[in-house]
Amino acid sequence: MARLAIGLSVVVLTLFLAALTLGPAPIGPGESLRALVVGDAGPLSLVMREIRLPRALLAIMVGASLGLAGAAMQGYLRNPLADPGLIGVSGSAALGAVLAIQTGIAATVPLGLPFMALAGALVGVGLVLTLAGPRGSSLTLILAGIAISALAGALTSLVLNLSPNPFAANEIVFWMMGSLADRSMVHVALALPLMLLGGLMLASLGRGLNALTLGEDAAEAMGIGLMRLRLVLVFGTAAVVGAATAVAGVVGFVGLVVPHILRGFVGARPGALLWASALGGAAMVLAADIAVRVVLPDRDLKLGVLTALVGAPLFLHLIYRTRREMA
Amino acid sequence: MSLLNVRDLNVRLRGRLAVDGVGFEIGAGELVGLIGPNGSGKTTLMRAALGLVLFQGESSLAALPARARAQAAAWLPQAREIAWPVDVETLVTLGRIPHLGAGQRPRDADRAAVDRALATMDLEGFRARTATRLSGGEQARVLIARALAQETPLLLADEPIAALDPGHQIATMRTFEGIAARGQAALVSLHDLGLAARHCTRLLLLSAGRLVADGAPWEVLTEDRLREVFGITAHFAETADGPVFQPLAVVE
Repeated sequence: MARLAIGLSVVVLTLFLAALTLGPAPIGPGESLRALVVGDAGPLSLVMREIRLPRALLAIMVGASLGLAGAAMQGYLRNPLADPGLIGVSGSAALGAVLAIQTGIAATVPLGLPFMALAGALVGVGLVLTLAGPRGSSLTLILAGIAISALAGALTSLVLNLSPNPFAANEIVFWMMGSLADRSMVHVALALPLMLLGGLMLASLGRGLNALTLGEDAAEAMGIGLMRLRLVLVFGTAAVVGAATAVAGVVGFVGLVVPHILRGFVGARPGALLWASALGGAAMVLAADIAVRVVLPDRDLKLGVLTALVGAPLFLHLIYRTRREMA
Repeated sequence: MSLLNVRDLNVRLRGRLAVDGVGFEIGAGELVGLIGPNGSGKTTLMRAALGLVLFQGESSLAALPARARAQAAAWLPQAREIAWPVDVETLVTLGRIPHLGAGQRPRDADRAAVDRALATMDLEGFRARTATRLSGGEQARVLIARALAQETPLLLADEPIAALDPGHQIATMRTFEGIAARGQAALVSLHDLGLAARHCTRLLLLSAGRLVADGAPWEVLTEDRLREVFGITAHFAETADGPVFQPLAVVE
């Protein structure tokens, strides 16, 4: 267990340093790191502090958020196919962002896009909880989440459909693919408090999720308050996934694949899977964001496209392995 | 000492009275069998006594705060749920959750309780095995061990022996007898009236949500009640090997 924690931390740290030192300008890693730490008001320091550092930090934050939320959602629903997007947060956050782009708020109001995305996530979560009811089961939560996701998706398509401005439509389509390019420390400052708050909420669920291994009845009889657990889960997920979507767009497959890969390493314990998936998610998004810059440096390959391209085959492999184990 | 006191308990499920004015008390040293036909309200009664379903009336357990209740009574649901492929020891250790403070890891005392539960259920060789890959009966024993590891004064178990082989059925009933002998108590729903008659100190007979009999096995399992409630005839005798109960035929 400790070996896994150290191993994952080393991977994340290595990828973080790689993300900081990789770039189009031919500068050595030592030199660029020195410029980051010391700072000389020169162009290199500027590049390191204003471009590469926020990008690498956001990759860690977004990845950890998605991994953690995915592990929590799978643990709560006791289903390895659950995904943080299942409760409609990412769909409604995307709708908020799309509306911001379409109406021009994104271009005229500073940080209009991320704030509209957060507002979308908040409205989405409010609707899902209202639909699912205060004492509802996990099934009503999924149904409400799917309904809101579908509605948000339909409204997003409607906005695209009726968009009189091809440039706005173009921008929307590209934003929906998810990216960490051209983000600043302002984005980090906007997302960090929400992600910390939501992350702490989700991390506190370990024991309850462990108890849920035995089913809802047994967990409740062991003193786990299921209503409270569900509220903490939904608001925690909304905070981290809403913030992640607001600053990075839609980045798929991380919340689904990472807990799935790491489950075997933590003995399938849902509580231990939380922190492992946070580290694993950070590593996956860092690696994907490095790959985006290395594979096609001049073509602006989108992060969400890459995670889906890598995630889907990985997932197929996991299905194949599961099938073989069941046979 | 009373470990569970239920008075005038009513549970309404979708407009139907599933439990109808039931009252009883369980004291230390008792192994109480809860018997009755399918759909007579056994599970609902136990869940209501624990406060897991809405009810009218009084239950001393349901009145406790969640954590205190979890330290006072362990609950083994009928559905044998093991959601993730965790190892047996991890699963049984979940039973210690009510005894751990926030963020606290299992202490030596908790590990000792887990060891006792594993030994009691004949599972010492299974510690590192993946729980979901065990057979149905083995999984049932692991889940009983989980409830035993909770080491509460009262154990409520819903058809705990339904999936077990005859040897482990008898061994599990003897485990529950041991619990009672140590001054704890157990309330166990059963369909095997033979085992109920041999091992329980007392039987509660439910029919259509009402408690129709409460007493020692030979007082409860009378010819008339068996015919009215279960629609069967049976042979019930006190032998040198203890009480023997064998259902014989369905009453036409």
